Amino acid sequence: MPALLRRFLPVLILLALVVALPFLLKSAYQLRVATLVFTAGLTAIGLNILMGQAGQVSLGHAGFGGIGAYAVAILPTHYGVHPLAAFLIGVTAAGLVAFVVGRPILRLRGHYLAVATLGMGILIAMVIQNQQALTGGPDGMQVPRMELFGWRVRGAETWYWICGAFLIAGAVLAVNLIDSPTGRALRAVHDSEVAARVLGIDVARAKLTAFTISAVYAATGGALLAFVNAFVTPDIAGFLHSVELVTMVVLGGLGSVVGAVVGAAILVVLPQVLTVFHEYEHLAIGLIMIGVMIFMRAGVVPTLIGLVRGRSA
Amino acid sequence: MSTVPILELDGISIAFGGLKALSNVCFRVEKGEIFSVIGPNGAGKTTLFNIVSGVYRPQSGSVKLAGTTVTGEPPNRLAARGLSRSFQNLQIFARMSAAENVMVGRHLKESRNVAAHLLGLGGRDNRASRARAMELLALIGLEGEADTPAGALPYGAAKRLEIARALATEPSLLLLDEPAAGCNPVETGEIEEVIRRIAAMGVTVVLVEHDMKLVMRISDRIHVLNYGETLAEGRPQDIRTHPKVVEAYLGRHGAREAAHA
Ligand SMILES: Nc1ncnc2c1ncn2[C@@H]1O[C@H](COP(=O)(O)OP(=O)(O)OP(=O)(O)O)[C@@H](O)[C@H]1O
Ligand SMILES: [Mg+2]
Repeated sequence: MPALLRRFLPVLILLALVVALPFLLKSAYQLRVATLVFTAGLTAIGLNILMGQAGQVSLGHAGFGGIGAYAVAILPTHYGVHPLAAFLIGVTAAGLVAFVVGRPILRLRGHYLAVATLGMGILIAMVIQNQQALTGGPDGMQVPRMELFGWRVRGAETWYWICGAFLIAGAVLAVNLIDSPTGRALRAVHDSEVAARVLGIDVARAKLTAFTISAVYAATGGALLAFVNAFVTPDIAGFLHSVELVTMVVLGGLGSVVGAVVGAAILVVLPQVLTVFHEYEHLAIGLIMIGVMIFMRAGVVPTLIGLVRGRSA
Repeated sequence: MSTVPILELDGISIAFGGLKALSNVCFRVEKGEIFSVIGPNGAGKTTLFNIVSGVYRPQSGSVKLAGTTVTGEPPNRLAARGLSRSFQNLQIFARMSAAENVMVGRHLKESRNVAAHLLGLGGRDNRASRARAMELLALIGLEGEADTPAGALPYGAAKRLEIARALATEPSLLLLDEPAAGCNPVETGEIEEVIRRIAAMGVTVVLVEHDMKLVMRISDRIHVLNYGETLAEGRPQDIRTHPKVVEAYLGRHGAREAAHA
């Protein structure tokens, strides 16, 4: 396989998915679920740069999603900022917060890093909860409609295509990064920090780069989700959502761009499908997740790729 | 000596808890030499490499690279000064291909513009680094394994891959920590050949190695450590017959082996 095709294969797969789904999905409801998968998938692709490439965990990434989401809610509502400007401000703010907070936090490793990022996420969620006047507190708040040059962006199908485009763009940037000097530096840090250092890599800087990029992805995903729902609640920044994001990355496959989206699909779609089981819904989700991790330890997508390769070889 | 030594250690000491791993170690390595550091297990050889490469900071003493004091500088800064090393316990990037491992060694020669990399503008660096990696893989006889995951390479090949990766930084001083450990005689011969080629390229080599035959054949000078202290230093023929070395390190069997090397 030519190198360029191999690099962009994940993008082509996702592109095919985004284009094909509207033909398969009949109701506006189904289209909306797919849109939710795309926003979560975007966040998961970013988190996978941190976790799958650089090998660093974050249990607070929902916090960055919250920053993006509440930026597009608060700034237009209270300060008359245009939603598009609010979007850019929110994403930039999340990147800045990640850059500043990441510096001290990323010196920690393993469990310590997990706990520190957890604290960071909880802190952001608490600020959102407590600033009642701005955020509406636990009840959440409405997100004003996006308007572009007099065109009111609305409708399930419109947001489907917008979020699909963001997903593809996010995938393109990610595959570019992975196959670049920066991407190699991140993967080197993952496999051996001491070897990376003696080869000239500034390990702290490499980790901070991955952390900041993944925060920007999360904020973008969060802001899109807020627009799609036209409503935000503090749950978007909460600990539980952070855990879901990590689960998406691990279930789909660490380091796999398509895997991140598959993981997002599993976590978004399963609860919708399994509502037929009523009170056993959570039990079923839990069992499926445990099953996947036992039988597909590398994650769904890498395991399937391995099976296909093994069979064709 | 008229020229400035490429590496100069002065009074290096470090202790771990109560254990004195190195006490007052001093030596100079001249440009272009193959300089070996030998000593029994636990003598402090790897610790010495960790100090020179900035992984550890010595409790006292100084490290000078080409006349500049660099004590306590982090490894990535020392890499920029032309120092590189391999590791006794393999530190390859197991999930990356052999070629990519070597390409990482080109990090300081590549652009670090993250935005450009996200936008897919890292192509020129990728091509240049890949081309250089292929040359270096050819040097160590691994050009056929360029796209093999490094974690799947046999032990001897992985050891050589570490050398190629270190060379990709274009070092003026290369520290090799037991490159022939765990290798059979054929592989050891290949490693020796590679070291000679590296020296011929003008790179100064500091070698830690337990294979005495190899050390005696290849070294210009040898420094002997025992329990963290300097025991002797000299040319191979002097070390081979040095009474203290024979007694403390080589032992009867080792002395006989070295004499026949
Ligand atoms: N990070 C560390 N923490 C505690 N003790 C250490 C550390 N590094 C080395 N030591 C101790 O310092 C001493 C010297 O170890 P070192 O690895 O430098 O020996 P060596 O000469 O390389 O031995 P070998 O030939 O077995 O590789 C040993 O007693 C070792 O246990
Ligand atoms: Mg050692």
